[in-house]
Order: sequence, then structure tokens, then C-alpha cells
Amino acid sequence: MSQKNRLSGGQIDRTKTCNFTFDGKKYQGHPGDTLASALLANNVRLMGRSFKYHRPRGPLSAGSEEPNALVELRSGARCEPNTRATTAELFEGLSARSQNRWPSLRFDAMAINDKLSNFLTAGFYYKTFMWPAVFWEKLYEPIIRKAAGLGALSGKADPDVYDKGFRHCDLLIIGAGPAGLMAALTAGRAGKEVILADEDFTMGGRLTTEILSVNEAPALDWVRRTVAELSAMPNVRLMARTTVIGAFDHGIFGAVERISDHLAQPETGKPRQILWRIYAQHSLLCAGATERPIAFDNNDRPGVMLASAMRTYANRYAVTPAHRVAIFTNNDDGHRTAQDLHAKGVSIAGVIDTRPDAPLSEHFQVIRGGQVVDTKGRLGLTFCDVALADGNMRTIECGALGISGGWNPNVHLTCHQRGRPEWDNSLAAFVPGKDLPQGMRVAGAAQGLFSTHAALSSGAQTAADIFEIAPAQTPTAEDAPINQTPFWYVEGCSRAWLDQQNDVTVKDVRLSHQEGFRSVEHLKRYTTLGMATDQGKTSNLGGLAIMAELAGKSIPDVGTTIFRPPYTPVAIGAFGGRMRGQEFHPTRLTPSHFWAKERGAVFVEVGNWMRAQWFPLAGETNWRESVDREVRQTRASVGVCDCTTLGKIDVQGTDAAAFLNKIYCNGFAKLAVGKTRYGLMLREDGMAMDDGTAGRLAEDHFVVTTTTANAVKVFQHMEFVRQCLFPDMDVQLISTTEAWAQYAVAGPNARNLLRKIVDQDTDISNEAFPFMACANITVCGGLRARLFRISFSGELAFEIAVPSRYGDALMRRLMTEGEEFKVVPYGTEALSVMRIEKGHAAGNELNGTTTAQNLGLGRMVSKAKDSIGSKLSEREGLTNPAGLSQVGIKPLNPEHKITAGGHLMKIDGPVDAAHDQGYVTSAAFSPTLDSMIGIGFLKDGTTRLGEQMHLVSPVTTLTVEIEIVSPHFVDPKGERVRA
Amino acid sequence: MHDLTPLTALGTQTPAVETIRGVTLAEVPNLALASVAARVGYETACEKNLADLLNAPTPEPGQYRATEPETAFWIGAMQWMVMAPFDTHENIAAMIKSRLGDTASVTEQTDAWVCFDLSGQNIEAVMEISCNLNTRKMGTGDAHRTSIHHLGCFVLNFGPEKIRILGPRSSAGSLHHALKTAMISAL
Repeated sequence: MSQKNRLSGGQIDRTKTCNFTFDGKKYQGHPGDTLASALLANNVRLMGRSFKYHRPRGPLSAGSEEPNALVELRSGARCEPNTRATTAELFEGLSARSQNRWPSLRFDAMAINDKLSNFLTAGFYYKTFMWPAVFWEKLYEPIIRKAAGLGALSGKADPDVYDKGFRHCDLLIIGAGPAGLMAALTAGRAGKEVILADEDFTMGGRLTTEILSVNEAPALDWVRRTVAELSAMPNVRLMARTTVIGAFDHGIFGAVERISDHLAQPETGKPRQILWRIYAQHSLLCAGATERPIAFDNNDRPGVMLASAMRTYANRYAVTPAHRVAIFTNNDDGHRTAQDLHAKGVSIAGVIDTRPDAPLSEHFQVIRGGQVVDTKGRLGLTFCDVALADGNMRTIECGALGISGGWNPNVHLTCHQRGRPEWDNSLAAFVPGKDLPQGMRVAGAAQGLFSTHAALSSGAQTAADIFEIAPAQTPTAEDAPINQTPFWYVEGCSRAWLDQQNDVTVKDVRLSHQEGFRSVEHLKRYTTLGMATDQGKTSNLGGLAIMAELAGKSIPDVGTTIFRPPYTPVAIGAFGGRMRGQEFHPTRLTPSHFWAKERGAVFVEVGNWMRAQWFPLAGETNWRESVDREVRQTRASVGVCDCTTLGKIDVQGTDAAAFLNKIYCNGFAKLAVGKTRYGLMLREDGMAMDDGTAGRLAEDHFVVTTTTANAVKVFQHMEFVRQCLFPDMDVQLISTTEAWAQYAVAGPNARNLLRKIVDQDTDISNEAFPFMACANITVCGGLRARLFRISFSGELAFEIAVPSRYGDALMRRLMTEGEEFKVVPYGTEALSVMRIEKGHAAGNELNGTTTAQNLGLGRMVSKAKDSIGSKLSEREGLTNPAGLSQVGIKPLNPEHKITAGGHLMKIDGPVDAAHDQGYVTSAAFSPTLDSMIGIGFLKDGTTRLGEQMHLVSPVTTLTVEIEIVSPHFVDPKGERVRA
Repeated sequence: MHDLTPLTALGTQTPAVETIRGVTLAEVPNLALASVAARVGYETACEKNLADLLNAPTPEPGQYRATEPETAFWIGAMQWMVMAPFDTHENIAAMIKSRLGDTASVTEQTDAWVCFDLSGQNIEAVMEISCNLNTRKMGTGDAHRTSIHHLGCFVLNFGPEKIRILGPRSSAGSLHHALKTAMISAL
């Protein structure tokens, strides 16, 4: 396969060939190529269509600043749109497609937009599609989206994985060019922990792209020796293929390392990319500089590119975009490109230099005081029109045109903490300002030091200054004076492209100014200058310069827009890391989980916990059958439920009881050892926060239980109270939620079952171990355990706890020993049904808007002591006796459904928010009552038992006739729990 | 002697051991844990008693003190976690309480945690994918709290090639998966 534009030399591996396709056509390149360089080698200049006008475009650059050569890389689920061909490493089997064109890249029907450009100027959409408003979403937006835009997502799940990681260093060096390498040598030799990161896959920066000498030898030799020395230092980590995307607070940087993007697909188990958070004591920005283009009419044809890019393609990749090229420059750097290409045998059609005193060459023609004013070529450059100094015109035949308008330091990361760059008149460019991110310094071209020697020495010296050490000796290198003058655009141009990614022209900036959008931020939004994947790296300054000229201001007075992370686009997957799908968050498994799984339990997520929801048996066709059976069997004999998930907080200390007296609104000071008490916690504002029990195991030792949902929140609250409100109290807290496997054993046969488990020396008769008793006991022949006689189901019930490692065995033992009682395991659904039948409040009722009085627990708020929230619970609005009260709800027709979230309305009153009487918080089918039931809150509810009302849901048009009843549907006198 | 068979935190009867490219991740179920918190007004006495138990000064913040058979690490102001072999210290809370008396609150923490030992060369590479600790700078005797896969964990450095990780027992599977994934990724 022909690579007709391949030159000699370069840093590609010619011993190997990479086969790849672009738009289905087969090509060949070499390892070390980028997709762009390989396509250019194959004489492919046309790589994309522009965003708005669908104009043919080729690469403008050879790096991450590229606005044009964006492709859909790879295929299928791995297809990634908007990938810069200029940075995509070539690999065997690479496939890429051009984007934003139809039906093909060479013939794009949407290029009609270019013919309509007089209408489609900046602001066209804003002005044209304002009305009618209903058309926007349904008509205008779909059409515009179809016509505009860049690449398309595959719509498939990303098959690759991404990692997130953390690294620490004394010095983070961003950019491994001459300044970065010297800084790394200086700090590395001094034993500092150094991270040297570079977005390129080869270290060396522009030393890899120039024909330069360092220490009177090829610069590349020096780069290789330096990288080898750094690689041998254990304290230096070299991170190629790593883009530092942002400078964040406190010396923290984000960096994306492309682990596998240069491979056809990642190795098994390896990430595609890692998003690093780098904690750096110091940072040194050595990000180099970006060459700036010059705007003139039709300066966007494929083949027109930055002169430095042309040099990079020739020197590093051994590629020329054409065999006859011209250069348009306002500085000496353009001449360097002509020299390098000439040396490689490329025909130089001419160097057009705006300066009347430009240096001449014996090898090629230099047109002093000339300007390129236009170009020709439908799908690629063929000719350029040159205005000569004497006013005449000349047309030059060339397949590529290198443009050099000077260099802009890459200051982006210096501004991520809202710092502003400063204007340097001598460079006619912005350089880093004084307000840098914490710990950051800048060296090399990023600081405006453009000669090789200046970059080398500033890197070494800045690193030395940071650590107050000696700099590494600076090697000899070119130190040419920098003569950079502003030349932004050619006078009289109109469709001269400033921002090639967003199709913003000089004319658009003029229009923005004319229509009053003169602030730099308005200019950006009105024209889209500087938006999208390249963030205006090659266009912003040109736009600012023109606006400054129009406004009669200086460029620094116009200012810049805000630089924000990320420096280059980042795959969303990298931000997500491994936290996706089932690994989105960690899970918590109960001690009986593996046993429950064996039993075929259906699990439900409760926070991070996986709880058994019900245990289906063979023949049961729906969940209700399982749940109803579990409820009935528990109430008839005995059931076991894993309640480990309830929070358990160990409270110890001589002031433990006094502390709980503060935490709970009801009294705990006099709770006897061996007793448990139900407790209600209030927030500072008097609203109910959480409920649970506290068992007193010793004078100075309690175990507090919380709801599953509030376990962490309650512990945080208690720690706050301990440390901040009552620091003098002798009380110590620690969570023991996970330490103990705890099971509720409920039902008339609960005691009979437990007698087979509990060791003989513990009497659990009703007399010896009455309702609300607790004790440290032993089970199964000596295993330490805790027993609480508490009930959530309303049955005779106990909760038994053993160290978690024995939880599985205990559950199995309970099932075995319970066979004679037909013991049944029950899940959270049956648990919920039984607590609704009993009228116990849970999370639905403790919803942050309810008070103790609402919950029917108003009398629990002790007046005999001070506790958190007790005073504010006495506020007028919270003590209205006609306020909401917890009630039970039963449909007049048992077949009818009660819906949690439904609202209660008077049977003959209007149904609207103004006449709302209350709402339903929990609902279930009660197999005990053979009816749907619910609990909720009703205004003046305690006096309205027996009233018939409507339960409505305006959202679902539900209307059910219900009766208000006691919330205690089962055993209202509490006889069973005391049996 | 009771007759209940324990399970490891990962739900097996034998502890999981995984070796990937020279780094081994091993669950350590033979570990008893108890927290010690000094009672108010008895801080000095508690420290002394704990030091006597350890036969060494109590560990400073960010540190552990390894003695035989107990090892203690700092977990908060006047709070420590003591660990010892489960085989000999299943009743660790009572054992320590008997030594510290009313100077401290002691709470059994044995089954609140799952313990993994990560050993071998290049374990730092695994740790930097897992948490934000600077394990390259950690030395023997360091003990830090950190977050791994959103889970609050303690990380103890047992030497250049061994790190102990204590995480919440109920999330043992998630933690193990996260560490194993990091090993595959980093090694």
C-alpha cells in the first residue's frame, strides 16, 4: 500500500506495519504514527467536515489543540466520537470514521449550509427559532441537532473499565519537554518524589519534533539519555500518555492516564484509562506553547495547517502533507519549517513573510511583505493567492500551507483557580499571572521562554528554587532571540476562520461587536468562539484581538474568558471509574445472607444492605403468597427474621444513663440493669428523628438500637452531642452494628424455640425474663450472646444476638430446632406487614416532618428533665391538639386498595389541597385481617375514629372509601407481647 | 464448648487467599479485636494500664504498637483498637477489661471487621488504585484511616511488603472485590 507522502527519517518504527481503515478504506502506517500522520502519509488530507457549514477540513495541528481532525475511533460499543486524529496512536487494526457528514466525507449534502452562510451567521439560531415556542423542542431542535454537531455515541454500554487512583509527590511536573525534563533531573537527583506527566506517548516535547542540538548532539539523543536516567530513579515516576486536566484546591491535580488507548482493546482486567488524583506539594507547569494561526479568507482548506505542525509531521513522523508546500509567517519560526522540509526533499513553493525585512534563503523563495489572502481547492488546498508588497497578486501552486503567527504560552492550568493571565507586550501574548494555584510555578515556553536554552535552564532553575537545591547543569542549546509581533488576520478578509471547530469567522466577531455582544464572555456565547472539544486553544486570542481592535481597546483590556478544567476532553467513564452497574456502591450482607441465598430468598436493597425480602416456596406464584404465609405462620407459631441491619451503638461510661437522658426525650436514668426501653430521639428543632430501644447491660453499659436507615445518622448525632454539647460527660460510644448477628424470633412459640437454643442456666420464662428484659447469656453450649425481649411484630418475641461469624450457624440451628414448630423465616415484607398491623412507626412515619405528638407519643416527651429537642417540641405549631395524629385506615370494601402517599379527604367535601385532611404513610395487605390496611396522619385524628373518608390520589385518580380506625389493628392491648 | 461453626466474613469456612503476579491478598479471620476508650478523668491511668498490657507505650496518632500477642493502634483521641489472635483471645473484651478496669470502656469489635493482609512486592501500586493514602511514604508502625471503595477502613503498614486492611465486615465481599480488582489492574 502506498504511503506516497512518507519522508525519510522520523521516529516511527519502520520495521513494523500497522493496517488500519478510515471510512472503510484500508491504509498502512507504522508504530509511532498518529492516525493523522498515517493518513497524511497516505496522502489523505481531508479528515472531517466542519461543525456548522460542513466545510471540508484536515488537521490544523499535530497535537491536542486540534480543532478539525475529529473522528469516530473504533467500532461497536468501543466507538468513541470526537477523537482527535492528531493524538490517536496508530495500532494494528485501528478503524476510524469521519463524522458529521452525509452521505460521505467527499460528498456531504449538508455542505449546502456553506452556500447559505450569509443567512447562517452567528446568532442565526437565536434570532430565527424564537417562536413559536412549542416548535423549539419538537421541531427546531431535532432538525438543528441532525444538521449540526460532531460525532455520535454508539448508544451501547462501554465495555471497558476505568480506574481511579491517588498519587502523591513532592513535585508534579506537567509537561516533559526541555523544561520539564530538566526540572525532573534537578529534583530527581536531589531525591525528591517527582511525577513527570506528559500527554504525549513520547517524552521530550518539542525536542522530539525539531532538528535541534543539545550539547552539540541531536536533541533526541539527550532526551533519550535523560529519560533513561529518570527511569532509573525510584523516586521519579514518568507518566506518559497522561494529561493533567485540572488544577484543583490545595495542590490537588486531576490527571487522565491512557493505559490502553494505544491498543486494540485493553488487556483482560486492565483499565482503559485511570483518573488520577495527584497530591503535589509543589507543581511545575512546563506545558509549552501553542502556535497561533493567521486568519485569511478560506484559510481552512485541508492542507492548511500550523507551520510547527507541518514540521512535527516531517521531523517526528516522516510525513509531509504534500510534496509542494508554502509557508505564511510573520516570524522566523516559519522559516524553520521551510528549512526542515526542504532538507527532507520537500519542494518549498515559497515563504510568504509579512515582514518587509524577512530573512532570505538560498534554498527557497521568500516573499517579503507578502500576505496570503485566499486559497483554492475543493477538498484540499491546490493554490494560494498572495498579495505582494508592491500591491500585485500572485497565485502559488501548493498542496499544503504552513501558517505561523507566533506562539501562545499554554497558561490554562495556571488559571484553574480563577487566576488571570497577564499580557506580555514583548511577546504579544498572555503569560501566567501572579495568582497561581497553590504551590505552582511555571517554566519554559509556558512562561514565555521560547528558546530551547531558556526552556532547559528555566526548568532546572525553577525546580532548584522550589527546593533550595542546586540546579542540574543546563546543556548547551540554541538560544535565539524571540521576535514575536502581533499579526492576527489579513486586512479585508471576511470568511476567514478563527475558530475552525465552531466555524467562527472574523466576520462573526464583527457581527457580535455590531450587535452589542462586546464583553469577551458575551462574544464567546454569541459566536461559540472557544467552545467544544478544543476549547479555543488555537482561536481564542485571535478573536480577542479582533474584538479589541473593534472596541478600540487593548487585548488585555478585553481580557480572556475563564479557563476551566478539563484541559482536554475526558471520557465520562473515567470520572465514574469502577463505580458503575452493580459496583456503583458497596453492598452490605447480613450474617444470614448466604443461608438466605440457599433458601432462594428474594433480596431488596435497603441502603447498602441486601436484605431478604421474602422466602418463596415451591408452588407459590407471587410474592403476596409468600409474604402472607410468612405473616400467618409467624403469628400462628414462630418466625425468624434477620434484624442485624438495625444500628447498634455501644454506650459506656459512668454518665451513660445521663447521656441517654439527653439523647432520648423519655427518661432513661432510672432504667434498671437487665431492662430495655423504647426511646424516641428528637432533633434540636423538636421534630422526631429516630426511635429504637436501649438495653441496660450494666450500670455503665447500654446498647442502643436505631432504625436501619438512620444508623449512621444517629451515631453521628450522638457523637456530636458527646463531643460538642456534653464534653464533660464520662461516656464513650462505638458502633457495633456489624459485630453482632441479631435475629428476631417472634410468635407464640418463640420462647419454646429459644429454650432449645439458650443454655440451661438462663431462665427465659415470662416471670424470669419478662417483656423488655435483656441480658448477656450463652447459647448452644457456651457461646456468648445477648437476648432482648422486644417485639416489632406485636407477638411474643425476642431478639437474640451472637458474634457475626456464628450468625449463619445460629440461623441454621434455629431452623433445625424450629422444625417441630414449623418455624418460618420471614423477610422485610412480612416484617413490614406485621409492624403496620401492630401500628408501629417506621421510616415512613419518622419522615422528618412529624413530631412525637403526631406519632401518638407526645406523652413520652418528659417534662421532668431536659433533653435534646424537648423545649422546641413545645412550640405552638407542634402542640396543636387538632394537629395531625397517627391513625389506622381500613377500606370499607376489603378488596379496595390503600395506597401510601394517598391523601385523606372528607367524604362530602371538596377534593383539593386546601381541604386536605391528612395522608397515608404505610399500607399493606393484612393476611391477619384479610384486608388492605394502612396507617397515616389525620388532622385531629384521635377524635375521628370511625369516621368515613375518601382516600384519594390525584395523580392516579384513585378514590377509595375508607374508615378511620385505631392504628393498632392487632393486639391493641399488648397482651401477646407480654405472654 | 459451643457447637456452632463460624464462617469467615466472605462466607466460607476457610479463609480466601488470592495471589496475582506475586501479590497475595489473604483474609485473616484469626483475629480478635476490642476497642478501648479512656474514661473521663482516667486518661492517664488508662494509658498506663494499656501500656502495661502492651509492655510498650501506647501508640501515637497514625501509629500502631505491635507486641506479643497484642497489637494496638490509635483510632481517636484517647481511643485505641487492640487486636490479638482469635484462637487465644476470643474473649478479648473481657480479657482487656480485666486489665484496664474502670479506667476504660472496652467493647468487643471482633466481628465488626474483616481483615485482609496484602503482601508481596509492589503492593503500593495496588494501594494507590484503592485509596488516597501515600503508602510509598508509610513506614512500619503506621496505621491510618482511609476510604476504600467508599468503605471506611484502617490500613496498617507491617513492613515494606505487607499491609493489613481492616474494613467493615458486612461489606467484606465488596472490599475483597475492590482489592482484587485493583490487583488485577495495577499488577
